[in-house]
Amino acid sequence: MNTESLGSIFLNAALVNNFVLAYFLGICPFLGVSGAVKTASKMGVAVMFVMVISSMCAFGIHAFLASINAPYLQLISYIVVIASTVQLVEMFIKKMSPALFRSLGIFLPLITTNCAILGVALFQTNKGYGFIESVVYALGAGAGFTLALLLIAGLREQLNFADVPQISKGTALTLFIAGILSLCFMGFAGLGAQ
Amino acid sequence: MRPIGTKNQLKAMSKDTITSGPKATTTDEFIKGLWRENPVFVQVLGMCPVLAVSNTAENALAMGLATAFVLLMSNILVSLLRDFIPKQVRIASYILIIATFVTVTDYAIQAISVELYKSLGAFISLIVVNCLILSRAEAFASKNSVGKSILDALGMGVGFTFALFCLGAVREILGNGSIFEWALFPEGFQNWIVMILPAGGFFTLAGWLLIINVIQTRKVKS
Repeated sequence: MNTESLGSIFLNAALVNNFVLAYFLGICPFLGVSGAVKTASKMGVAVMFVMVISSMCAFGIHAFLASINAPYLQLISYIVVIASTVQLVEMFIKKMSPALFRSLGIFLPLITTNCAILGVALFQTNKGYGFIESVVYALGAGAGFTLALLLIAGLREQLNFADVPQISKGTALTLFIAGILSLCFMGFAGLGAQ
Repeated sequence: MRPIGTKNQLKAMSKDTITSGPKATTTDEFIKGLWRENPVFVQVLGMCPVLAVSNTAENALAMGLATAFVLLMSNILVSLLRDFIPKQVRIASYILIIATFVTVTDYAIQAISVELYKSLGAFISLIVVNCLILSRAEAFASKNSVGKSILDALGMGVGFTFALFCLGAVREILGNGSIFEWALFPEGFQNWIVMILPAGGFFTLAGWLLIINVIQTRKVKS
């Protein structure tokens, strides 16, 4: 069993081992939806929600698969759970707030292929977290994802006014900023009580 | 300005962007993945493994080959089943097919080399959510014959592996002073530690994209 305190699990997932900037998970939405702070924050919340739900389900599935001795089904069942959760969130948002649904558009179904979510499910299993720990871990990972997304969206909004060389416009520039942000996040390494 | 990230994927998912005309020859299906539609450098697909496991040339090569294998197998199966899968549930079916082959690969690598399995870590399982594979299934294999899908998968797979190797080699040479664990530089070479760290992945990829942008703009001008 793991003896980490809940606070340190949260901080670890959110800052020290930030999913985007240290593990490179969820890079696709990180590059794709980070154009404006407003959409980025909504995207972050949606991802966090899916993360927590799928993390709870993953905990149950892992226990069940371990009891029937079929670990090779793990990956397949995780991805099915994630896909259905995303579908659920999509229907929920469509019903509750059509405006938000339109502004997120096609990025909503694409949460399924966000590796950060499958990453949370797999890492929590590998680390042997219990139920509460798993949920805290998923919350931390989601918060870290949202934080990284907001930071880069803010930077990119400002950069729209900057005069950069033609060749570096687009993805290359975003990646450079991401690299610098990643360096900054390494400063949190001291927080990790290992 | 090129559209980036997810927008690009959508384009790639909604239709085969460039060579879908009747003129495309058989060899063309293979060649296009290598350079003109290179999955990493041009389409910017499947970024997570590209950045995460490209810290040494060996890891990059292994990851590239594993992804290429899954891509090939899933393209074949999707192409064979393309008349049987109902349109509404196609994405879910593709993901299930991909997840099956990833599980096979995961166990195979574990059996071949435990050391390699440890250094690639969870990223083998994460091939499931590699957008490259899903986008090829949706954009190509579900519309084309088995033969063409195999060529397409081989081309994209080799292109992906090549791109990963480019990144991995640069990061290992600069960050570790070696290639495939052979020391390259004389004693006293100061390793660029940053290249091995996550930040180095971002910087190296950005650097390659810059070089490719320069080449493309030159081509357009001349």
